[in-house]
Amino acid sequence: MISESSSFVKGMMLGGLFCVFVTFIGHNKMGHGTKAHHHEHHHIQAPNKEDVSNLSEGERMELSHSIRVYCIILVKPKDLGNWAAVKETWSKHCDKAEFYSSESVKVFDSIVLNTNEMWVMMRKAYKLAYERYQDEYNWFFLAHPTTFAVIENLKYFLLKKDASQPFYIGHTVKSGELEYVDGDGGIVLSIESLKRLSKIFEDPDRCPEQGGLIWKLSEDKQLAVCLKYTGVLAENAEDSEGKDVFNTKSVGSLIKEAMANHPQQVVEGSCSDMAITFNGLAPNHMHVMMYGVYRLRAYGHNFKDALVFLPPAGSDND
Amino acid sequence: MMLTGFKGSWLAFHVGIVTGFVSTFYLLNGLLWPQPPGAESQTSHPDVDPFWVIQHPALLSAGHPHLSGEVSATAAELYSKVRILCWVMTGPSNLETKARHVQATWARHCNVVLFMSSVRDDGFPAVGLDTKEGRDQLYWKTIRAFHYVHQHHLEQADWFLKADDDTFVVLDNLRWLLANHTPEAPVYFGKRFKPYAKQGYMSGGAGYVLSKEALRRFVEGFRTQVCAHTSSVEDLALGQCMEKMGVRAGDSRDAAGRETFHPFGPESHLTGKFSKSFWYWNYCYYPIVEGPQCCSDLAVSFHYVSPELMYTLEFLTYHLRAYGYRYRYQPPLPENAARLLQLQGRPKAGNATLLVQGSKRL
Repeated sequence: MISESSSFVKGMMLGGLFCVFVTFIGHNKMGHGTKAHHHEHHHIQAPNKEDVSNLSEGERMELSHSIRVYCIILVKPKDLGNWAAVKETWSKHCDKAEFYSSESVKVFDSIVLNTNEMWVMMRKAYKLAYERYQDEYNWFFLAHPTTFAVIENLKYFLLKKDASQPFYIGHTVKSGELEYVDGDGGIVLSIESLKRLSKIFEDPDRCPEQGGLIWKLSEDKQLAVCLKYTGVLAENAEDSEGKDVFNTKSVGSLIKEAMANHPQQVVEGSCSDMAITFNGLAPNHMHVMMYGVYRLRAYGHNFKDALVFLPPAGSDND
Repeated sequence: MMLTGFKGSWLAFHVGIVTGFVSTFYLLNGLLWPQPPGAESQTSHPDVDPFWVIQHPALLSAGHPHLSGEVSATAAELYSKVRILCWVMTGPSNLETKARHVQATWARHCNVVLFMSSVRDDGFPAVGLDTKEGRDQLYWKTIRAFHYVHQHHLEQADWFLKADDDTFVVLDNLRWLLANHTPEAPVYFGKRFKPYAKQGYMSGGAGYVLSKEALRRFVEGFRTQVCAHTSSVEDLALGQCMEKMGVRAGDSRDAAGRETFHPFGPESHLTGKFSKSFWYWNYCYYPIVEGPQCCSDLAVSFHYVSPELMYTLEFLTYHLRAYGYRYRYQPPLPENAARLLQLQGRPKAGNATLLVQGSKRL
C-alpha cells in the first residue's frame, strides 16, 4: 500500500515536471504567447498635442520645412492606370516624388531599373535615392501605386523624430522571429537607416540580390532581414489612441469590417483621424480620396496645428 | 504477493504521471494565461444611442458633435443660430438596411430629425404617414411629411430639409450656405434643374431645403387648393407648387460658382464623364463642370450613397484631414451670418422646454 502511494506521488511529480517542461518549450517555440508577443513587438507613436502647442508662427513654418520627404513609387507597365492617378494626386505633396519603373514606358517619365523583380527594383531604387539625395532629404517613403498617402500626416508623425537615428516605420507584421514593415502600407526610412541599408547592400552573404534562401521571401521581408543586420528594427506606427496610421487596406474595406465587427461604432472604432496611408485603391478612388482629404470638410471646425503646409503650385484638385 | 504489489506500484506510478501532468496543465493554464476575454457584452441595441433626446417619433439632437482637437466655436454657433430640421424619406423595409446608417452618421448633425415611413415604428423611431410604399407614393409622402412637420415642429427649426435614405448631407456646410439668408424669406435651395418649370426645380435625390416661410406657403397652397397632388414625380410637383406660391428657387452654388448639392455620388461627379446624350446635360440649370471643379469643398449633399459610403463620407468629412494644411478655398463667413452670430438673446421659446442636456425623455 505504502509503496503504491509513494509510487503514485513520484509519478505525479514526474508528470507535473514533464508538463511544465513541455509547456515552456512549446511556449518559446511558438513565440505567440501574449506576453512574449507584447515584448517583442515594436510600437512608435505620433506626437502628443502638448508637445507641439507652444510654437510661434515662425517656428511652425521652420519646423514644417525641416521635415523633407522623398517619395519612391515602384511601378510596372501594368500599373499604368494607378501610376497616372498617383502622379495626379498625392505624390504632388511629397517634397520630391519619383517613379521607378521596371521598364521604360512611353507615356511617362521614370527612372528605369531594367528588372521585373520587386526585390531588385527596391534595392536599385534605394541605392539610387541614397546616392543622389542623401544631402537633400531626411526621410524616404516608398510605396506601391495602389497606395494613397497623406504626406502632411506623415510629416506630423515624424515631427519629434530625429532622422539621424535609424527609423524603419510602417504597418508591421510578425513572421516567426522577423518583424517587418508591410510594403502595402508604405515604408518609411530615416536617412540614417538608408545609409546603413546602402552599406549592407554591398554584403552578398547577408543581403544578397538574388534570394539565397530556399523559400523566396517577399521584398518587404528581405528588406527587414537586411536592415536587421545593421541593427535597424521595424516599428509599428500608431496615433495617440493606439490606432494604426499606416493601413494596408482601403477606407472602404476598413469601414466594411467595422460595420460587421462593431456596428455601433463604425467610424470612431476604425481608422485614425491622422491616417497616413491606405492601400488597394483603384485610380478613381484616389481622386475621391484627394477630394476627401484636401478639400471636403465641414465648415466651422478649426484646428490649431503645429505645422503649416501650403497647397502645391499648378494643381487644382487639392 | 510481491508480484501483485510490484504491479500495483507500477500502476500507481503511471496513474501518478498522468494525474500529475493533467493537474499541472490545468494549474498552469489557470495561472499564467489570462482568461480569453469574453465577447464584449454588447446587448444589441436596436434603440437609438444616447446622443439623442427622443420626443417620439422625432429625434432631437442633444448637442452639436464636437471634433476631437478642434478649437473654434463657429460650427457650434451656427448650429444654434441656423436650426435645421431634417426629414428622411424611407420605408419599413429600408429602416434597418439604409435609414439606420443615416441615423448613425449625418443625421446626428441636424437639430431635429424625423424618419418618414408609410408605417409608424416606435422603436426606430419613424413616423407613419399612412400611405402605401412605392415610387408612385413619393409625392403623397412628401406632402404628408411636410404637413406633419408644419403641424408638430414648426417652432423647432428655421429651415426644413428633405433627404432620401441614400442621400448624404453635410449639415455644417448647409448652415454656412443658409446663414446668408433669412428663414422669413420665401426661398428654397437644392440641386437646380431647369425643365418643366419656369424657375426650375430641385432634384429630390440630392435633397432640398425650405425656409420656414416656404414651408408655410407649401401648406397654405394645399389648404387653398392652389397646390394639389398633380403627379407622383415628387421633386417636379413640389417645384411647381413652390413656383405657384411665389417661393423663389435659390442658387446654392458656393462663392466660386461650384455646385454644393449633388444628384450622384462623389466618384461619379469627380471622375465620371457623362455621355453627351445623358439626360443630365439637359436638366442642369447651371453649366455642368466635370472633374475636380464639379464640386464645392463645402459640399452639402451627395446621392446614391450606399451604407458603406455613408460611413466613409462621414469619416472623410469629419475625421480624416491633412494636418496643418491651408485649404485653397477659404470662403468668408457670409455677411448675414456674421450679423447672426452677433445677435444676443434671440427668443427661442421652443427649445428650452425640449432639450434636456444628454438625458432621455420619452
